[in-house]
Amino acid sequence: MTITKVRAVLADCLRRVALLMLLAPLLWAAPAQAILSIEITQGADVGIPIAIVPFAWQGQGKPPQDLAEIISNDLVRSGRFVSIPRKDFVSFPKSEQEVVYKDWRVIKAEALVIGTIAPVGPDRFDVQFRLFDVFKQAQLAGLRYTVSASLLRTVAHQIADVIYEKLTGEPGAFNTRIAYVTREAASPKAPAVYRLQIADSDGHNARTVVRSAEPLLSPAWSPDGKRIAYVSFEDKRSKVYIQNLADGRRELIAEFAGINSAPAWSPDGRRLALALSRDGNPEIYVLELQTRQLRRLTNDPAIDTEPAWSPDGRYIVFTSDRAGRPQIYRMTADGRQTERLTFEGEYNARASYSPDGRMLTLVSAQQGRFRVATLQLDSGALQVLTDTALDESPTFAPNGRIILYATEVRGRGVLASVSSDGRVRQLYRLEEGDVREPAWSPYNRELQY
Amino acid sequence: MQRKLGLGVLLLTAVWLAGCATGTTTQAPVEDRSTTAPAETAPDGGRPDMGTQALPQDDGVPSGALPGTVPDADLLAKRRVHFAFDSSALDEENRRIVEAHARYLVANPTLIVTLEGHCDERGTREYNLALGERRAQSVERVMRVLGVSANRIRLVSYGEEKPLAPEHNESAWALNRRVEIIYK
Repeated sequence: MTITKVRAVLADCLRRVALLMLLAPLLWAAPAQAILSIEITQGADVGIPIAIVPFAWQGQGKPPQDLAEIISNDLVRSGRFVSIPRKDFVSFPKSEQEVVYKDWRVIKAEALVIGTIAPVGPDRFDVQFRLFDVFKQAQLAGLRYTVSASLLRTVAHQIADVIYEKLTGEPGAFNTRIAYVTREAASPKAPAVYRLQIADSDGHNARTVVRSAEPLLSPAWSPDGKRIAYVSFEDKRSKVYIQNLADGRRELIAEFAGINSAPAWSPDGRRLALALSRDGNPEIYVLELQTRQLRRLTNDPAIDTEPAWSPDGRYIVFTSDRAGRPQIYRMTADGRQTERLTFEGEYNARASYSPDGRMLTLVSAQQGRFRVATLQLDSGALQVLTDTALDESPTFAPNGRIILYATEVRGRGVLASVSSDGRVRQLYRLEEGDVREPAWSPYNRELQY
Repeated sequence: MQRKLGLGVLLLTAVWLAGCATGTTTQAPVEDRSTTAPAETAPDGGRPDMGTQALPQDDGVPSGALPGTVPDADLLAKRRVHFAFDSSALDEENRRIVEAHARYLVANPTLIVTLEGHCDERGTREYNLALGERRAQSVERVMRVLGVSANRIRLVSYGEEKPLAPEHNESAWALNRRVEIIYK
C-alpha cells in the first residue's frame, strides 16, 4: 500500500470515529459506575450526634438499597452531623412502639431515625421513616413514599433533606444532582476525551450525557432540571446546545459567527442569556426559546460575558472589562440600566446569584490568586472563602448554603465545595483525569408521595 | 517513516526557500501539529494531500540576514505569537512575525489563514474564550493593515481549553498565551 492509500484509509477510519462521536450525544448513554469520590477536608466544629437505624426490610432476601447508610453518608458529608456507628446500638426498633429512649441516651444520641421498606408490587416499594428528638422523646418528622427501585436512592436523599432541615433549621441539598465536565487523556500529549457528566450530589449514579474529542464547557441546568445547555467545540469552534436529559436529544441553539457561549437560563425557563461575538466583540444577548428571537442587551467595545439571572428574573449580572479589567456589573433584564458591583480586587468574574437573591458568588483575584468569593448585594461586602489559587466556576447549591467550584490540587483538576460561611470544606475527586465546570442542579422533583 | 519525512522536509525546504527568493507561488505549507487529535481532520473530509512540503522548523536560526534584520523566512517559521498576561497587545518582536505572515499572504492570494486565540488557565473559562478571540483579532488587525483581505482570515478562540504546556507555572502560562497562525 502506498503512503497515500494508507492515509486515505486512516482518514476514512477517523472520519467514521468522528461521526460516531458526533452522534454519541444522540445515543442514550448507559450509566457509568460512580467515579466521583468525596472527602471532607474540614468539618464544622460541632456535629449533632445522630443514630440512624438500618431500615427494617419487609421482603425476601436483601433490601434493594441500604437507605440508612445513604442517609448517614449525606448527613456526615454536610459536616454538621456525627453518625453513631451501628455496632454501638443497643436496640434496633422497627416502629415507634419499639423505641426505648434510654437506649439512645446511653449512647449519647441526640436524634434517632428509624424506618421500614417493604415491597408492595412489581418494582414498587413502600418506604417510611420517623425522626425523633431523644431528649424531648418526641417525633419531629415522619413521611411515607411509594416508589420504584430506581428512585430509592432519591428517596434516601429526600429523607436526609428533611432530617437536615428539622435539626439545623436550614434546608438540605442532598436531593440534587451535579453536572460537571471531565477531561481524560492517556498521557499529556495523547488526544483527550471530554465528557459532560451528571451524578447525584453524593457522587453516585454518574452518567455521561455528552462525549467529545473537543472541549465542552459551561453546563447550565434548566430551572425544571430536565434540560442542560452547554458549549461544545465539536465543530472546531464554540457553539451552544440544549440537550434533553430524558432521551439525550439535543438542539443546536447558537452557531453565529465568532464565539457562542455562556448559556444562562432565565428563572422561568423561557429564555437563554448568551455571550455572542457575532457583532465583533462579545456582548450579552437574550434568546427567546419559543420564537428564537434574539435581542442584544449590551453595546460597547469591551468584553461582556458570563451572564447570570437574578432569581426574580429582573436583573442579569455579567462580567465586563469596560473599565479595563474584568469586573461584575448588573443590568436590568431589558438591558436599559447598568451599574458596576465590584470595586475590590484586580479581577472579578463569573458571578451568579444565591437562590435567595441576596448575594453573589464569583471568582475574585487579588495578588494573582484567583479565589471563590461572595458579594453581599445590600452592603457590597466582598468575602473571599477559599485559600487556593486557581479557582473557577463557583455554583450555589439550591439551598444557598454550599458553593461548589473547580480548582486545582497537586496538578489535577478537582471540584471542591465550601459552605457559604466558610466552615465546611470538601473535595470531589475523579479516579482518572481532571474534573471542572460544575453546575449544581435545582431540587429533584421526581418523587410521588 | 519518520526519517523519510525528515529528509523530505529538508529537501523541500530547500526547494521552497529557493522559490521564495524568486517570488513564486508555492503550495500552502503544512504545519506539524503533533498535538492534533486524530478526529480533528476527519469532519473536514480530510485534509487535501499537501505532500510533505513544509516551512523550516521553528528554531529561529538566522541565515544570511542583513545585520539588524531577520529574514522573512525565519519569521515565517514561527507559527505562534505570544502575549503578556491579560493582554492582547503585540510587542515589537511578535508584531514582526505577524507582519512577515501578512506579507506572505499578500504574495500568495489563494491562501486562507486561521488565527487561533488561546489563554493561560488563570481566570474564568468564558472570559478567557473572549480574551483568546481578542488576541486573534489583534493579529488580524495587523494583517488587514498590511493588505490581507478579511475574507481570507478566519478567527477561532479556544480560550484556556487547549494549552501547549499543561503545567501550572509561569513558564507554562507564558507559552499558552498565544495565537496560532495556521494555513490550510
